[in-house]
Amino acid sequence: MNEILLMKGNEAIAHASIRCGADGYFGYPITPQSEIMETLMEQKPWETTGMIVLQAESEIASVQMVFGGAATGKKCLTTSSSPGVSLMQEGISFAVGADLPMLLVNVMRGGPGLGTIQPSQADYFQSVKGGGHGDYKLIVLAPNSVQEMADFVGLGFDLSFKYRIPAMILTDGVIGQMMEKVVLPPFQPRRTEAEVAAECPWAAYGKPASRKRNVVSSLDLDPYRMEKKNEERQDRYRLVEATEVRYEEFMCEDADYLIIAFGSVARISLKAVELLREEGFKVGLLRPITLWPFPSKVLAKYADKVKSMLTVEMNAGQMIEDVRLAVNGKVPVIHYGRLGGVVPAPEEIFDALKKQM
Amino acid sequence: MSNTIINPDNLVYQKSSLMLDNTMHYCPGCSHGTAHQVLANVIEEMGMQEKTIGVAPVGCAVFMYNYLDIDFAEAAHGRAPALATAIKRLNPDRLVFTYQGDGDLAAIGTAETIHAANRGENITIIFINNGIYGMTGGQMAPTTLPGMITSTCPMGRNEALNGHPLKITELLAQLEGVCYATRQCVHNVAGVKKTKKAIRKAFENSMQGKGTSIVEIVSTCNAGWKMTPVEANNWMVENMFPYYPLGDLKDK
Repeated sequence: MNEILLMKGNEAIAHASIRCGADGYFGYPITPQSEIMETLMEQKPWETTGMIVLQAESEIASVQMVFGGAATGKKCLTTSSSPGVSLMQEGISFAVGADLPMLLVNVMRGGPGLGTIQPSQADYFQSVKGGGHGDYKLIVLAPNSVQEMADFVGLGFDLSFKYRIPAMILTDGVIGQMMEKVVLPPFQPRRTEAEVAAECPWAAYGKPASRKRNVVSSLDLDPYRMEKKNEERQDRYRLVEATEVRYEEFMCEDADYLIIAFGSVARISLKAVELLREEGFKVGLLRPITLWPFPSKVLAKYADKVKSMLTVEMNAGQMIEDVRLAVNGKVPVIHYGRLGGVVPAPEEIFDALKKQM
Repeated sequence: MSNTIINPDNLVYQKSSLMLDNTMHYCPGCSHGTAHQVLANVIEEMGMQEKTIGVAPVGCAVFMYNYLDIDFAEAAHGRAPALATAIKRLNPDRLVFTYQGDGDLAAIGTAETIHAANRGENITIIFINNGIYGMTGGQMAPTTLPGMITSTCPMGRNEALNGHPLKITELLAQLEGVCYATRQCVHNVAGVKKTKKAIRKAFENSMQGKGTSIVEIVSTCNAGWKMTPVEANNWMVENMFPYYPLGDLKDK
């Protein structure tokens, strides 16, 4: 059953969404992630699982279609790349305000503006600090392989429905475009109407005589009730921070120096760790898998053990702020980054850390 | 109980059982209340209460979910047709409608409106056209008439500066995906009856999968127009109807 396939990260997202029992995909073409919708259209899931695939007129509309589907309790996703995700911020904020579960995928490219079509991690702030208006967080998963692209679709949906917080897979053009071995998740049927009614008692799928009407809305003009709603949401965020942090450690046990990197850059940094170890430097790698909730506690633990930390990012220094908050000044934290779509080589990371030693 | 003293044969009017008792926030004289009542009557008569999902707009009708006893999703400004698209496609046996004002539908949501209609989504768009932004205090709308005074065109709409009133229902009627486009009113009994018939036809189209139906209701905003309800009705008849003539624009 565990057939090993070779495919792009973008294709893995498409296949995994069908297999996870998604009800609807709504998207708009943008490089470097257009293969996702192309693969879905080729797979024709509406003929097998009944999953709907629709090309929208814009990212503004596609995320609102996901909002509409989610409002009826359906498992829906949309995917895009940086400029398109900027357009989606309205819909994301409204979805948070209405406590709707959904899966968003950002295959990042270099910005700002139209930027480039090359890989980047410059949307870290936008993804983990909010992005749209209002006090909110998204559950942000950062895959570093085609396998994780496939695995995180189901995980993202599960976490999103569990906490009623939109989940985002934050990846980049490297992971989206590269081909790797992958084992796709097993087929899971789409939920029946009865299952949706049971699992989503808040959903507006048509009011049966047995319950009061459901209204999916982010609006309440009473500031005190709105404060309560916000506080309840913040309580859920604290719960997610306490229970859903995911990260991976590599040779951290005896490390004097720690590299922190996520996604594709963590793969590159792994090679840098190998090179540095070959020269006798005790270097480890910590890879946050959830960018929010951020693995702050484990970083605080390493702050007592290591001499310094290096964050490597394809941006001008964004995750470094969360690392510095986590270590609270106990160790120096420096940043090495490439901007605008340039992917760093292991040797650059090697040099950056050696300079600090 | 209250009906027992009335001979059912003599009953000429009854509040729809779908209308909730919540106090309406609409200004006295506004067309929304009547439009809601007509809508509730049609859903009730079709026996579709359990199968209907409404999409509320941003604007005065943002709170319409407080008045109708059906499930609702509240959309971002202008995005109701995008929500309705997914709701209907994912729940094809449901009756799905949007209820939108002129600013919501014909300004910020023009793209969503035209594309949902062009795809022929099996939804009904109920379009309240009163030529003004009511909720935010009477600003110029895309449908504001030439010379009409609003708070953002206090000298009157100047077509050279502000462009022309948008006849969006005529525009939508051109699209292949639209099966029914009509313009109605609710300021008198005849108008209410015709509007009810139009909404019924639109809903039946949606359930028969014929494509997108749009029911425009030319409406008053006496508060925004700074008139008494009676003056507003008269002003609408004299000024709005010549520019937005009533009747079917398309019925296929």
